[in-house]
Amino acid sequence: MTLVSFVRKNAFRNKRRSILTLLSIGFSLLLLTVMMTIWRAFFLSDGSAESAQRLIVRHKVSLAQFLPISDRERIRSIPGVKQVVNESWFGGQYKDDKPENFFAQFGTDPQELFLVMTDFHIPPDQLEAWQKDRAGCVADAELAAKHGWKIGDRIPIKGTIFPLNLELTLRGIYTAPQATETLYFNNTYLDEGYARIKGLVGFFGVLADSPTAVPQVAKDIDAAFRNTDRPTKSESEKAFNLDWIAMLGNVKAFILSICAAVVFATLLVSANTMAMSIRERTREVALLKTLGFTRGAVLGLFMSEAVTLASVGGLLGAVGASGIIFLMSHAPGIGLMMGGVKPNVATVVVAILVGATVGALSSFVPAYNASRGNIVDGLRHIG
Amino acid sequence: MAVPIQYNIRNLTLRKSATVMTSLGIALTVTTAIFIMALLAGLNAAFKGSGDPLNVLVLRKGATAELSAGGVDRDSLPIMKELPGVARDAQGQGLVSGEDLLVVVLPRNDGTGETNVTVRFLTPTGIAMRPEVKLVAGRWFTPGQREIVVSKSIHSRFAQANIGDSMWIGKGPWNVVGIFDTGGSAHDSEIWGDINQLSSDFDRPTYNSALIRATDPVSADALKNRVSDDQRLKLNGMLETEYWAKQTSSGSPIKFVGTLVAIIMAIGSCFAAMNTMYAAVAYRSREIATLRVIGFSRSSILTSFVFESVLLSLLGAAVGIVLMLPFNGMTTGTNNPVTFSEAVFSLRMTPEVVISAVVFAIVMGLFGGIAPAWHAARREILVALRD
Repeated sequence: MTLVSFVRKNAFRNKRRSILTLLSIGFSLLLLTVMMTIWRAFFLSDGSAESAQRLIVRHKVSLAQFLPISDRERIRSIPGVKQVVNESWFGGQYKDDKPENFFAQFGTDPQELFLVMTDFHIPPDQLEAWQKDRAGCVADAELAAKHGWKIGDRIPIKGTIFPLNLELTLRGIYTAPQATETLYFNNTYLDEGYARIKGLVGFFGVLADSPTAVPQVAKDIDAAFRNTDRPTKSESEKAFNLDWIAMLGNVKAFILSICAAVVFATLLVSANTMAMSIRERTREVALLKTLGFTRGAVLGLFMSEAVTLASVGGLLGAVGASGIIFLMSHAPGIGLMMGGVKPNVATVVVAILVGATVGALSSFVPAYNASRGNIVDGLRHIG
Repeated sequence: MAVPIQYNIRNLTLRKSATVMTSLGIALTVTTAIFIMALLAGLNAAFKGSGDPLNVLVLRKGATAELSAGGVDRDSLPIMKELPGVARDAQGQGLVSGEDLLVVVLPRNDGTGETNVTVRFLTPTGIAMRPEVKLVAGRWFTPGQREIVVSKSIHSRFAQANIGDSMWIGKGPWNVVGIFDTGGSAHDSEIWGDINQLSSDFDRPTYNSALIRATDPVSADALKNRVSDDQRLKLNGMLETEYWAKQTSSGSPIKFVGTLVAIIMAIGSCFAAMNTMYAAVAYRSREIATLRVIGFSRSSILTSFVFESVLLSLLGAAVGIVLMLPFNGMTTGTNNPVTFSEAVFSLRMTPEVVISAVVFAIVMGLFGGIAPAWHAARREILVALRD
């Protein structure tokens, strides 16, 4: 029997305990993986290369303030700007106000939307059909699938912010690198339907020449409008999205405290299991030592046992987390925000490493005590 | 006959390390659950406790929020003032307040960036119609001046919100002249300023909303319908209390993520408790057999071990509640999807929250304890005695 199989056999010799421990550690590390994945998607990932090349320009006071459409040409003339498109948040209701029927609707310019959103793909004939229909709209493929929309379907949207109901016809379905839960319609509809915002739009999406040009372009745009009655705030698409997350509250502190609680709980579970398992084997430890195993070897054997168990728990947790993340990104109400959250290899590796570290830390004290125990006392022990 | 409770307590104190570790694990889960429930309780209290039963909020037909575009024409205010059931001030004027809402971006004072804040513009009549709002420092704004008054929570959460500071709203700076307290209502997330001053800044032809004060709750209900049915107005009336209660949906992201987190942690803790209880049962198999020989029935053994598990989790619940106490009353904010701006609220460990936490722990203890207790009760006496 090799030492590896000795460790493996011991780790799983009390099957019920091992399975319960695995499940307990697994569920805790599942939560940790979910939290790390969200953290990574929100705060670490740079998004797609195309997204890094885009900016959002909005009224400095707030998103609820409109900008004149004429600003678009002025932005276009700024060096480093490749394309500009206007977008206006409609915020209407589809069917009812239930969260599962909520999705974003933007009024925009069908001629240029896809020139800015270079990572969105739409069949050219569908795009052309949309450009020709003032009451036409295009929807994200996943959104269309969710509501069972087909090209040509009527989509009525009830206005809540604006006193205007949209009677849209689906002209195209686009795919995006991550689900957007967004429907775009021709802004002319809104512009002509509600006189008070004629010539006004919500914000501009800007495509810069390159990702490195983004900060300078943002500065130049804001400088151009500084002394007007509508100063702007320009920032990268990523920063703009982070603003929304920041509005939910102190998300970072929330995630960190949950991670801390989870790791500590895992530590407790693992330490408890190892303490129980080692106490049961006091006589065996003495026997091992009589056979010539050194204290270090005994310590190593027990610690590897805990590390094995906890790492397998980490793996289970990471696998389970992928399922939960899938569910969350399709959950009503928060799907819009979770669209970009996807499990990845790095978080799985981290989950297993955390498991292994927790296993090693938690088993050290009981394993150390066992390795230091007196042989004769150990042999006499009645367990 | 039941096994004495003393037996379970002694056993828990005997196996100290296992008891401490398991109950601490449960405590962490309970803490998380209380944290989330207290957040939601605070948010609910902020919205449900807002609004006065005598006040009727008037919006354009079809609008669901005060921020909706288009609103109440200035000409409709005199019509509303003359409606039957409207309360009157000392001068005999009907109590109707035309109001406007703006969203501004303010930097937080803890350095975590900027967020949207709602600014409400109204007249002194509007202030008088909200008796729950009290001035705690400085003074109210003077009509015709670029002056604003901030809520206590805004004052404590944002930079530039002290008396003497100024904020850039619309076309110029507005001076902060006072701080008000609403006792935790939704107005706690707002800044108030003079509406006539705003109108000249923005050249707004309409109000966002109007507020009518009724003489009594019955006429408030009648007024609501009267406004909605009046063909001259084309407006929609609703009770102010109903309007705010609908905005509790702000809590739905917290609720969703929080519930998920609490459930996953609870499942993990259940397995840990089960592990501990199985070990406790295995450790005492001869003892259990002896109890059976003495005459304790299977059901009393079962009850006794389930009880021990529940005791373990109650210990955890107690620790969890104590751990959370320092956070009670902490103020925080989240996005209100209706106004696109921050809703400020505080963590509230209400009696309901504490009771739910205890029930939550008991459920964990039951789930963790039933299988091991069943195992203990089912063992053959002779086999166990020979162990």
